[in-house]
Amino acid sequence: MSRARTTLAVFLFFLFLFALIGERPFLAHLAYYYDILINIGINVILAVSLNLVNGYTGQFSLGHAGFMAVGAYAAGSWTDHLSPGLINFLAGSSGVLTFVLNPFPFLQPFVLPTVVADNLALIVATLFGGFLAALAGLAVGIPSLRLRGDYLAIVTLGFGEIIRTLILNIDFLGAARGMSVKGTYTNMFWTFGFAAVAIYIVLSLVNSTYGRGFLTVRDDEVAAEAMGINTTKYKVIAFVVGAFFAGTAGSLFAHYTGYLTPEGFNFFKSVDVVVMVILGGMGSTTGVILAAVLLTILPELLRALAHTDFVPAFQKAFEGVVPIHLPPLQGLLENRLILYSLLLIIMMLTRPQGLFGDLAGSRKRVASSASK
Amino acid sequence: MAQVILFLQQLLNGLSLGSIYALIALGYTMVYGVLRFINFAHGDVYMLGAYAGFAITNLIYTVIPLDRFNAISLHTFIPIFVCTAIVMLGAMIFCAVLGVSIERIAYRPLRDRPRLTVLITAIGVSLFLQNMTQFFVGAQPQAFKQLIPVRAIEGLGDLTVLSSQAAIIISTMVLMVFLRLIVMKTKIGLAMRALSVNPTACSLMGVNNGLVISFTFALGSALAAAAGILVAMDSPSVTPLMGNLPGIKAFVAAVLGGIGNINGAVVGGLVIGVLETLVEGYGFPQLRDAIAFGVLILILLYKPTGLFGRVEREKV
Amino acid sequence: MDALLKVDRCTIRFGGLTAVSNLDMSIGNRELVGLIGPNGAGKTTVFNMITGVYQPTEGAIFLNGDRLNGLKPFHITAKGIARTFQNIRLFVSLTVLDNVRAAFNLHLKHGPLHALTRGPKFKQEEADINGQAMDLLKIFNLDRFRDVMCKNLPYGDQRRLEIVRALATKPRLLLLDEPAAGMNPTEKGALMTLIEFIQEKFDISVLLVEHDMRVVMGICKRIYVLDYGITIAEGPPDEIRRDPKVIQAYLGE
Repeated sequence: MSRARTTLAVFLFFLFLFALIGERPFLAHLAYYYDILINIGINVILAVSLNLVNGYTGQFSLGHAGFMAVGAYAAGSWTDHLSPGLINFLAGSSGVLTFVLNPFPFLQPFVLPTVVADNLALIVATLFGGFLAALAGLAVGIPSLRLRGDYLAIVTLGFGEIIRTLILNIDFLGAARGMSVKGTYTNMFWTFGFAAVAIYIVLSLVNSTYGRGFLTVRDDEVAAEAMGINTTKYKVIAFVVGAFFAGTAGSLFAHYTGYLTPEGFNFFKSVDVVVMVILGGMGSTTGVILAAVLLTILPELLRALAHTDFVPAFQKAFEGVVPIHLPPLQGLLENRLILYSLLLIIMMLTRPQGLFGDLAGSRKRVASSASK
Repeated sequence: MAQVILFLQQLLNGLSLGSIYALIALGYTMVYGVLRFINFAHGDVYMLGAYAGFAITNLIYTVIPLDRFNAISLHTFIPIFVCTAIVMLGAMIFCAVLGVSIERIAYRPLRDRPRLTVLITAIGVSLFLQNMTQFFVGAQPQAFKQLIPVRAIEGLGDLTVLSSQAAIIISTMVLMVFLRLIVMKTKIGLAMRALSVNPTACSLMGVNNGLVISFTFALGSALAAAAGILVAMDSPSVTPLMGNLPGIKAFVAAVLGGIGNINGAVVGGLVIGVLETLVEGYGFPQLRDAIAFGVLILILLYKPTGLFGRVEREKV
Repeated sequence: MDALLKVDRCTIRFGGLTAVSNLDMSIGNRELVGLIGPNGAGKTTVFNMITGVYQPTEGAIFLNGDRLNGLKPFHITAKGIARTFQNIRLFVSLTVLDNVRAAFNLHLKHGPLHALTRGPKFKQEEADINGQAMDLLKIFNLDRFRDVMCKNLPYGDQRRLEIVRALATKPRLLLLDEPAAGMNPTEKGALMTLIEFIQEKFDISVLLVEHDMRVVMGICKRIYVLDYGITIAEGPPDEIRRDPKVIQAYLGE
């Protein structure tokens, strides 16, 4: 429990820090790092929310990207089409708020970085996106969660693809052309803010008698039911909460990049998040946060490495010794799916519990009945 | 009358497409039967089978450029048949070895672990195969050179049957016969069937479980390779990601038929193929790929055991 | 007799196999009843029927007059039936204390929202549950293991923990599935005392499936004998001991 509190504290500290930098950088050369940080925040939300479902409750969902898509498109539509009136209202009222807070000028940078209306609009849109994603989670979860293990994985994969196909066929959402989101309001404060909220909710849920229920569902459903735990209810709650936060991540993403395509929310995106959860250790929030950070930074590092002279030099030396002509090895470094797939295979073979996970969830329990 | 002809035409196209799905579905169903495990990487074995065939075909073309044959007649039949058989067998052997290797390296060490661990590994293997192939051959589609001249078969009136479709359906039937012979009439086929019922009893009866499992993988992978070659007759382009969609559709077919059931896989494959073709033919081409997912969700929600499957109760 | 549990002509078939046939059973308040029979007789299936894991193909089951057919297992547990398992099924990733705490979930008065806000009501109930769980563990001498991972406990303690966990659900009827399996005679003696103690202290009825005749005959007031799913005898231990049908079922002709 104290490790959980430490994690949260660290996060809140960074949140506080970002409140100061909340605004988009006006220095162009910082944009690249800003980008990475925002992506870290979004990935943390995705990983922590999926961990509640896959890690703590033991339900293997491969469709997280679908819920992210619902949140992204819903929030994007809301901002651009459904709520210009609300935004006008907020713009009008932001003047009032700024006036009200004027007596406390030292508060303004922390609480309401720059344009108040933008930030309020972002919160509303994100909550809307999260809420719709939660509804989608309910719709998918209730029928699917009675299936076991591998079947559940396939069904959630299927639903993820169906969501994507639906978006592809809805003209209002831009179909294959994609949809642009004009309100690019996301900043680090809100990204890490929502991340902190996600972490808090998951941790406080799990660290309670009620939350122990999730773990019992993971450990032994039959025994859990026999102890009076409504396993279906727990699974659905985990699923819906997970979907909600996936939706908020989607909304933050939409309001950052300003452009959405269905391809960006395909199965590979779901795999991205799954790899984070597995690397971090299913059932360890601290672990998956670390994994999310690592797996956001790592591809960038590899890409940087690919652009140095080291790789071509290495390749030349290699081909001097072993006369096989290989395609440029930089390609291996830039394709993060090769890295991820190897990571998955090697981890399952050597350390299935990931960085911080417990072994119980990943090794088969030996039946402890003695011979009779 | 024209409506009937149209429908029959769609049916035929669907059977041809469905045969491909059936061949791939067999691999899924057999592996699930003996290991209770969904081999996520199976679709990529199909893809690599197509690439193997592609390579072998290119090799053959340096000796005999098969595209100078414009029609199948008595004196062109033998060279076409022999070359095609070489390509198929070569690809099937390649994939059999590939399948067994994957099993030995990635799945066998995890035999005592929870099934989810192996599923994750399979996802990793699938992604690895796709992306490594993409690394080596590039993402661009490459053209599979002609093996048989694709012409409409004469004498069927308004019905258009392409030589490629006939080849697909006939080859599939031949392969089915061989498969049935192996599964029903050989010792190892018997061992496969026994293993899918009770692995512990099998090993106690002296069956080398590992060998039988490897054989199952080899068989399934070979059939997937055949599918890869056959599909290239109809749509001659290969890409590293070509295994994804057919893979998942074939999996749905296997589930539809009752996963673990060989006849079910074939029926499932044909059904999915026909459904897809009908949906596309009768005006909803954009829903074509979603059909399989829709079927999957419906089966898993309402009849998870599929058409021919057995209910397996968890022992409490 | 107003029965606590009444099983009324229950039959269960799995495909072509009839596992239990026309079972009539009734258990009264504060009764210790045994269920014995050769391997494969259907004893665990009876447990599974009573607890809702399987639905009877025919017949009905009543708890205090409430019909249990069609209810989900967790619902039946909420009505007052708890069980242990033939193969120990503890929650392996939880500590000893958490295993017991988890079983209090069904009596929780607060929901997930309270877990988030962590208000006084939440804290009060958590403290309450902790207290009750520790009290239970203390009675069974397991309190010193409270933070130990349950899978690290010795076998006998794991078995007792399973019983404690079941008791945490505050049942009226406790089903014990071969609790003496794997124990030596001394441990079995202690178990017999324990079961009688539980029945007294918690004011519940116990239905016991067991292979060890000394245990069953020693503590059960009434015994049902099952063979191939059919009740071949029922009565107090002395009668059962001498019943020729029972002897034949166990020893053959």
